[in-house]
Amino acid sequence: MGAYSTNELRSGLKVMLDGEPCSILENEFVKPGKGQAFNRVKLRNLYTGRVWERTFKSGEKLDAADVMDQDMEYLYNDGEFWFFMDPVSFDQVQADKAAVGDTSKWLKEQEKYEVTLFNGSPIAITPPNFIELEITETDPGLKGDTAQGGSKPATLSTGAVVRVPLFIDQGEVIRIDTRTAEYVSRAKG
Amino acid sequence: MTHWQPLASQLALKARAGLLAETRHFFAERKVLEVDTPLICPTSVTDPHIESLQLTTGDYLQTSPEYQMKRLLAAGIGDCYQICKAFREDEKGIRHNPEFTLLEWYRVDFDLWALMEEVADFIETVTGYKQVDYLSYQDAFLQFTGIDPLTIDKPSLIKAANKLIDIVLPDGSKDDWLHALMGLVIEPELGKQHPVFIYDYPPSQAALAKIATNERGQSVASRFELYMQGIELANGFHELTDSHTQRARFIEDNMQRKACGQKTLPIDEPFIAALDAGLPDCSGVALGLDRLLMVKLKQTNIDSVLSFR
Repeated sequence: MGAYSTNELRSGLKVMLDGEPCSILENEFVKPGKGQAFNRVKLRNLYTGRVWERTFKSGEKLDAADVMDQDMEYLYNDGEFWFFMDPVSFDQVQADKAAVGDTSKWLKEQEKYEVTLFNGSPIAITPPNFIELEITETDPGLKGDTAQGGSKPATLSTGAVVRVPLFIDQGEVIRIDTRTAEYVSRAKG
Repeated sequence: MTHWQPLASQLALKARAGLLAETRHFFAERKVLEVDTPLICPTSVTDPHIESLQLTTGDYLQTSPEYQMKRLLAAGIGDCYQICKAFREDEKGIRHNPEFTLLEWYRVDFDLWALMEEVADFIETVTGYKQVDYLSYQDAFLQFTGIDPLTIDKPSLIKAANKLIDIVLPDGSKDDWLHALMGLVIEPELGKQHPVFIYDYPPSQAALAKIATNERGQSVASRFELYMQGIELANGFHELTDSHTQRARFIEDNMQRKACGQKTLPIDEPFIAALDAGLPDCSGVALGLDRLLMVKLKQTNIDSVLSFR
């Protein structure tokens, strides 16, 4: 892989910092008076998701990270690893708990996820923004109560627990926003 | 679809025209002559922190009209100003564009304080800010970092700076560390209420300024910068007139460039010759008009005052 000069860093580029792959969020050029120029860079560590702020002398070089995002289908979990498949090449990769993280509660078979690969291995799994899941357990629905009002907890097929309106029943399929873990609507169809 | 519309709003484009008209009126009233010097020249600045754009002919786009204007001063033109484009390679960001509009002017027999006063008058005329503050470089450092930039040694400076900023500067000079603190810690705090002049820089940051003595008896560069809303707007000097010192500083610049693996630049001999012939005692300042317009229109991104980029 090549290297990027700090002047070339722009949002979305993947670089190595302290031996870890990072994604550039922001790059601010700072140049005081007649002095040395600096780049104040915000990066997201792709392993931990944590945001780092680092200042570099302008023109310094950072190694590019061999990172790519790929849409892959979730297959199954063998107790230790989660398996994903490239629907075009049928290549499979296995992701560990660190890579899957909180996304485990949104994993549904045959659904497509964005898999971030670093040197060919998954380091992060991003769910689609909206996902449809079946309710496996909740209190019985209150017929006719479709006005706004209370909500109740419901357990989904993936094990995730979300709050749903009172009129929703066990066995129904609902649409969830995975970014906020909030109920959106009943699934259509 | 290809984006073709201007970056700046109609309002900003008209405000730019207004600012240029007000500027010319300000200097006409004070009998300061408008001049026009070339932007393509066979030489350019040696300053290790400023990179010039070079044409395929070998000539350079000017980073400021300073040397040419000083040649006019040495030829006896008297007080003069210029509004022109200036070019600096690799300076790109929310407050930088490689091509920008500069207002530069020189006043014969003005010292640094007289020129700062005139800059304050100009700012009041075009922005309405009546009050300005004055803070020495040393006091600005003491106030915002607790560091005395004139007396501290390099190891202590690095130790103190590391507590304030997260930066690694391998082979960084004392000035590199001072620049880092100035740009990252102090600058954002400057000129929040009123425009503020920072004056009396360390002698190592004199560039083309005279060296003087401050009230504490310390050696300082007769140089100032103007800040508004955390943005650097102008840089001024009580101009160095001694050709031998000037040549020595250019050579020093080139040695520093060589040490850092940067290309060296030919010394501007006609400029040195003009100093030799005699530059009148004068002070001069360069002010970024794009940034002034940003501050005037309360914008944070230079794009919002540029027609195109």
